[in-house]
Parts: sequence; structure tokens; C-alpha cells
Amino acid sequence: MTGTMKLDAGIPSGPIEQAWDKARFDMKLVNPANKRRHTLLVVGSGLAGASASATLGELGYNVKCFCFQDSPRRAHSIAAQGGINAAKNYQNDGDSIYRLFYDTVKGGDFRSREANVYRLAQNSVHIIDQCVAQGVPFAREYGGSLENRSFGGAQVSRTFYARGQTGQQLLLGAYQALERQVDAGQVTMFPRSEMLDLIVIDGQARGIVARNLITGQLSVHMADAVILATGGYGNVYYLSTNAKGSNATAIWRAYKRGALFANPCFTQIHPTCIPVSGDYQSKLTLMSESLRNDGRIWVPKKKGDKRRPNEIPEDERDYYLERKYPAFGNLVPRDVASRNAKAVCDEGRGVGETGLGVYLDFSDAIRRLGEQTIRERYGNLFDMYQRITDEDPYKVPMRIYPAIHYTMGGLWVDYQLQSTIPGLFVLGEANFSDHGANRLGASALMQGLSDGYFIIPYTVGNYLASAKPAKVTGSHPEALAAFAATQQGIAKLLAIKGKRTVDSFHRELGKIVWDDCGMSRTAAGLKEAIGKIRALREEFWQNLNVPGSSDDLNQSLEKAARVADFIELGELMCIDALERNESCGGHFREEYQTPEGEAQRDDQHYSYVAAWGYTGSANPPELYKEPLEFAYVHPSQRSYK
Amino acid sequence: MKLKLTIWRQKNPGTKGKFVTYPVNDVNPEMSMLECLDVLNESLIERGEEPVAFEHDCREGICGSCGFMISGVAHGPQPATTVCQLTMRHFKDGDELVLEPWRSASFPFVKDLVVDRRAFDRIIQSGGYVSVSTGNAPDGNDIPVGKEIADRAMDAAACIGCGACVAACPNGSAALFTGAKIAHLGILPQGKPEQDRRAVRMVAQMHTEGFGSCTNIGECTGVCPKEIPLEVIARMNRDYLFGAWTERSEVINTIAPATDWNFREK
Ligand SMILES: Cc1cc2nc3c(=O)[nH]c(=O)nc-3n(C[C@H](O)[C@H](O)[C@H](O)COP(=O)(O)OP(=O)(O)OC[C@H]3O[C@@H](n4cnc5c(N)ncnc54)[C@H](O)[C@@H]3O)c2cc1C
Ligand code: FES
Repeated sequence: MTGTMKLDAGIPSGPIEQAWDKARFDMKLVNPANKRRHTLLVVGSGLAGASASATLGELGYNVKCFCFQDSPRRAHSIAAQGGINAAKNYQNDGDSIYRLFYDTVKGGDFRSREANVYRLAQNSVHIIDQCVAQGVPFAREYGGSLENRSFGGAQVSRTFYARGQTGQQLLLGAYQALERQVDAGQVTMFPRSEMLDLIVIDGQARGIVARNLITGQLSVHMADAVILATGGYGNVYYLSTNAKGSNATAIWRAYKRGALFANPCFTQIHPTCIPVSGDYQSKLTLMSESLRNDGRIWVPKKKGDKRRPNEIPEDERDYYLERKYPAFGNLVPRDVASRNAKAVCDEGRGVGETGLGVYLDFSDAIRRLGEQTIRERYGNLFDMYQRITDEDPYKVPMRIYPAIHYTMGGLWVDYQLQSTIPGLFVLGEANFSDHGANRLGASALMQGLSDGYFIIPYTVGNYLASAKPAKVTGSHPEALAAFAATQQGIAKLLAIKGKRTVDSFHRELGKIVWDDCGMSRTAAGLKEAIGKIRALREEFWQNLNVPGSSDDLNQSLEKAARVADFIELGELMCIDALERNESCGGHFREEYQTPEGEAQRDDQHYSYVAAWGYTGSANPPELYKEPLEFAYVHPSQRSYK
Repeated sequence: MKLKLTIWRQKNPGTKGKFVTYPVNDVNPEMSMLECLDVLNESLIERGEEPVAFEHDCREGICGSCGFMISGVAHGPQPATTVCQLTMRHFKDGDELVLEPWRSASFPFVKDLVVDRRAFDRIIQSGGYVSVSTGNAPDGNDIPVGKEIADRAMDAAACIGCGACVAACPNGSAALFTGAKIAHLGILPQGKPEQDRRAVRMVAQMHTEGFGSCTNIGECTGVCPKEIPLEVIARMNRDYLFGAWTERSEVINTIAPATDWNFREK
């Protein structure tokens, strides 16, 4: 079903270079003295949520920030390894805001909004300045200036990093700014609190229902605007590089309250993860893409070659990325690198026990630069690899395989980062905004911080000043109804008392989605997957076993609520993938490929954002289309040759 | 391989806890300690029992969520390794492991292997930051920072806030955690202006939380998954002394520790 509501992103008219300036000038402002009268809820304390909470607190708003971990510092952003992009051109190698913009639009395979991406590239330079001022210990040259490295999809060195712990250092910077506002009384922190519903009154987002994970108590929080920064939904696949707690519940419940969900099938498979080793496996570990700067990817030329890597002579190795893409070599974008790894494994040339792996070899780099330099660049990643696999990557090549890593899709937002529910803003990985069908490395951190530090502080003010939300309290009937519905939802999960554990359902869901809506997709496979997911959902609500009660720390119950949402979202992902009869970025439909096996876009029919609206649990979702226009970067077949 | 896990089971701070021993029979040497608990928990749920509560999130050794004592050692026997990254190949068939939560009066007990580490957040609230609001920053390259300085700051900044240092310390001191932040920011030019104030306030908060005093035993750095060096404590003491002198006329406010999970809004 296709909806008729017109999706207006509200992109300012005029030249793209001036769009954000113009938008800011046109925005209404909130009088400084009035800011403290406005309460804002920020759900999430990752890069996006922490930076937003800190900045809004600094501006004088009364902020409440929620996260499910015991401390905001543990948000999943902490795990980002490789780096953050910025168009500083410190290396004098030809970078510019325009080039970062261009690379990101092209890298996203022409499925993102130009004006948003341009603003992101503009903000990137301020992010680095802000983080340096906070004391983020970025890597430095001996002379004291900031150092850079290269990342996939770019031919310039624009990635800033702090060893292999860039996300950790950026998050700690934002977390410390947040704690400073907690100390100042501007932000109240609610750790171990999970948002379970959105309260919408008179069409505006006015609050949330949250569960205290320690006491089990539900509470209602009312506000003038709600900001979701709850991260991505990669854990639909069960095995992913995301933290175990990462979930879609906040955005999914907002979707059910009327926010549109955009491009759910745009998910990113990261090419360099440690391969799966057994069925007890609980998560996959990423080996940062930065390794592709110095590591060379290869497989044996012969099928089923069981020799040890060091015994395979140079001329019997296939450095397939360097061979097929001489211009970018090992630094092609993630979707291209992942698909090629799958292709060589499908041909039977994969390595390791399972044959699902390719080599990432540092021997050339070690010969060229010395072990010490490699240790300095990647020491902690090499250690992590060794801890997990018991193999020494300084001596034998790493084995890697693609794994689900990031979700480009998310709640639809306009240029102001506002969803289709007025007063509901969505930041960071939780929105769909800037990465199109494929995200380039080191740009998620950039987007999260751009959204939180430099966009939401303006746009939320504009909303408050123009919408002038009326006063409401927690005893409003809508709030009471949301509270009661949440309570019933929890009781229902506990009352099933079936036989299967939550994890067993989650694993099964993950397998279905990985097989049919993962690295490559077909219409037939997707249709089958939708059937299987519906059956799984049916069984879930009849045969789930959640032990314990709802009035204390109950981790099975937490998981159950999240998995219930993942099951529904998994179905929507397949529906979206089935509807998009083209291949673009991470969405590879086998039916649509070029003779060389690259993704074949269909710009004539699919140059749009697919935004889905909820119509009730028994009804199919409704599709709304936001057409994409490219006035600056002309859509072409992406070429990394 | 087969292992015996003897685990501290306690429903909440109000009930009595006890050790319960569980045999786990199909342990794969490649799995992590937490995956081993996952396997145990699946079987407990299937038998209708409550699974063991433990904290975890990233399972990559970086978020600092996980952590418990394994046979008396915080995060277990492998140096520089959190329990989520500790693979079972470090144990032998037939081993018995005793798992218990961090024990510290400043980390109130929550459930099974879970404790409340919010004291750490309050220590950071008391000055573990650079007071620079968004928008105030000069260009990133305006203030040069030598590579050695940046590297040393990074060594200290690598702390994941897991709490192993406190659990391992016979005095229950949080000096390694607090010192790491004081050192990270104090070494960098960006953190200099507040160096004294920061040290004084953070140390005062550390005492208010009831953490013990540091007597230079060094157990903390021994179990630290990020191998934060003991020097950060020396740095903290130095900055504190200087700070106590320069800030001597200031009233030092500390934050009252929270003892329960009912949130009181300001
Ligand atoms: C292993 C790994 C490495 C990466 N490396 C890089 C990199 O080098 N460069 C890069 O640019 N990107 C990288 N990424 C991607 C990047 O880390 C993420 O996209 C980004 O950090 C997401 O930030 P966020 O603020 O949107 O969400 P998150 O950091 O995921 O934070 C989500 C927050 O929401 C809270 N939350 C979620 N649901 C609820 C709820 N229902 N109620 C209350 N709170 C809730 C959580 O507690 C948390 O605080 C990496 C990702 C992974 C998995
Ligand atoms: S789970 Fe994150 S450090 Fe262990």
C-alpha cells in the first residue's frame, strides 16, 4: 500500500553551501531566560545522545537523559575503533568540505539527501575542534599537530583517531561534558532506564514511559520535546558487531506511535570481522577497517587450498581487491569489499576451518615499516585478535569475514532532524539521514556528534519557539494509557510461560534475516523469509519462556521485549528489501547486477527514500516516498576501479 | 571440556546470598567466559530456574560493563583481559572456578554478579572534564601537543571504568580510576587551567564515596584490563597537594552518594 501524505524534508532553497546558514537564520530562538522552563528528554547517551544532552544543558534547557546501561559512558559508541572523518585538509592532500560531501554521497550510492550530507561535511571540522578542546587525546605527529589516516571509499587522509579506541575517547569527551552538566544541575541522568513507549498528545511527542531496570518500576516522564538517540538495529541479525544490549525498541515503539521508518533494508555488512567459530557464539568482533590501510586482502587462487598461508607462494595468491579495483585496492567501500569476500568464499576459495574467511595480511607492511610502527598503529587490535583466536597476526595473516555492523536505515527525519511526529527528534544511528545505502568508514561518529553538538541545539529551539507546546502533566489520559499499555505488554511476556528461551528465538530470527536479507537478497528468498518471520512471531507469543518477575533486575525480560520488536522490524526489513527492485550500496538484489557483478541501481524508479508507516499489527505497512534530487553530485555507476 | 562454576547467587541486597555450584559440561575452549555463562543460563532457564545476572554489553573489552572475581582474581587469570574477552582455553578440563561480584562498600550490591558503580560517575561529575562548552573551541591544531604527551595522556585515558581496581585493592581504593582521569586531563594543555581544582574536587568526592586510601600496593594495576600505570596515582597525589594549596580558600562541595535506584529529580 502506498501512502499519500507528502514527505517534505524542508530543505532550504538556494545554494547548498549556504543552506545551513540560511536555515539557522530563519529559525526562531528561545529567549535565554525561558530555556530553563523547557524540559527535554534525551533517550540515549552515546555520541549523539551525550553530545546533545551536554549541549542542551549548556544552553540552559532542563534535560533528562536516559540509558539502559549503569553509566552513560558505556553506550555502544564506546566500541568504535577506527576513527572519525573531518574535512580539515591538514594533510594538504586535496581534501575539502566539498570532497567529503562528494565522497559520502557517492559512497552512499546516491540514496542520501544532498543537503544533509553537505551540512555534515561542514560540521565535521568543528567536531574535531570541539573534541580537541575537551581533551580527547587524538594521535599526534612529533611536531604536535594532529595525525590522520585513510579509510575506505576515500583517496585522501582525513580520518582522525585515538589509537584503536577513537569511539571510546570521543564518547568519554561527550560523557564528561554531560557529567559537567549533571553537576551543574542542568541534566538529570537516568541510567538503567529503558524507554518502552512514546507518549503522543494532540499529535505532538510529549513524553515517554520508562522502566527502571533495577526496581522494575515503570514511570512517566513528560516534556516539551523528545529526542531519540538510541543507536542502530543491527542486532536484528543476532550475531553482529553491536553491543549485546543495542536494540530497536525505542525507535520501534515510536514507529508504532506514528513516526515513519525509512529504508529499513539498508544495513551494512562490515568486511573485516573475526569469523564465526561456533554456535555458542554471542557476538562478532570487528577488526577496524583502518587495518585495510596496511593489510592486504587475499585468498588462494586454487579452490580448497588447505595449505597454511605462509606456505602459499606469492604467485598462487589472489589479491582480488587490488586486482579488480586498482585505483582503490584494499580501500574500496565496505559493501564492495564484503560482497567480494562472499564471492570468493562462494567459489570455494575461502580460508580457515569453515571456509568462510579471507586473509588480511600485514607481512608486507611489517617488512616496509617495521613491526614497531604497525604495533603503534594497531597494537590493541592485534592484541584483541590474538586474545580471541590465539593466533599471532604479526606472524600469520588475520582471517576475516564480513559481519553485520551498522544500519543506515532508521526513523525518517527532515532537515531539522524531526520525525513525522512533531516534537520527536531522532539523532545518530537511530535516524536514516546521511549515509544513503552505504556508510563510509569513520562517518558514523562524525554524524552522531554533528547531530548532537551542532544541529539539535538549533532545531529543537526552533521547534519550541514555533510550536509552543502547551502544558501537560503525567496524568493526561494519553500518558496514563501509554503507561497501562506498557504494563500490560510486560505482563503478557511473563504470562506466556512456554518452553523456548528468548535467545533461541533471537538466534532463529538472526539466521533467517542473515540468509535472506543479508549480504545478498532475492525476491524469492525475501518472500520466504517474511513467511518464516511471521511464523516465528506466532510461536514467540505462544512458546516463550521468561523466568522471574517484573519487579527486579530481570535480564531475560529485558531481552524478551527487545526481541519481540526485532521480530517485527525484521519483517519490515524484508518487506522494504522486496519492494526495492534494484541493487544499491549494501542492498544487493541478485536479480539486479552489472555484468561484472556490481550493484545495479535503477535511478529512474528507485531514487527515493522509502519511509514506512505503521497501520496496525495485522495490516501491511504503508509506503511513503521522499524523492531524492541530485543537483551537485551526478548519479553515476560507482566506480572504484 | 567440563568445568564446575561456583557462583554467588543473591536475589537482592535484602536477601541472603550463597554460593551455588553448577557443572557445565560442554565448554568449548574458544568460547569466552561470558559465553560460558550464556550456555549455563540457557540450561537454567530451560530447567525453570532463574539465570545468573551479570553485566555485559560490548563483549569487546571496551565498555567496562562486565567484571567479576574469578577464583579471587578480578577479571580472572589473564593479564589485560576483561571477562568478556577471556577465552576458556586458559582453563583446564575439570577446573572449578569461583565467581563472585566486586566486593566494595562503595559499590552497593544489586544482584548475583551485579553491583552499582555509580560512584565512578559522581567522581567524574566532580571535575573529570574540561569546562569548554560547545562552540568555544579554537582550531584543533592551534595548540600543538607533542606525540609523547598525547601518548601518555592516551595511556591514562584508556581506563574503561570497570571497577576491577577497586575490587582488587585490599583497601578498596579508587585511586587508579581517579588518578587516570586526573592524569589524562592534567597532562594535556587543554586540561591545565583546571588542574588544581579538578584534583581537589575529585579526590574529595572519592573520599565521600567511602573508597579506601591508597597505600601503594599495586594490585589495581595488576588486574587492570587496560594496564593503567601506577604513576597516575603519583600524579593525582601531586596535583592534589598543589591544588590543596592553591584552592585552600575554596569550599569544596561533594555530591551525596545515592544508595538506591529511586531517581530524585533536581
Ligand atoms: C565495533 C564497532 C566499531 C565502530 N567503529 C566506528 C568507527 O571507527 N568510526 C565510525 O564513524 N563509526 C564506527 N562505528 C559505528 C558507530 O560506533 C555507531 O554508529 C555510533 O557510535 C552510534 O552512536 P549513537 O549515539 O547513535 O548510538 P549508541 O552509541 O548506540 O547509543 C545508544 C544509546 O541509547 C541508549 N538506549 C538504546 N535504547 C534505549 C531505550 N529503549 N531506552 C533508553 N536508552 C536506550 C543506550 O543506553 C545508549 O546510551 C562502529 C560500530 C561498531 C559496532
Ligand atoms: S562487556 Fe564491555 S568490557 Fe566486557
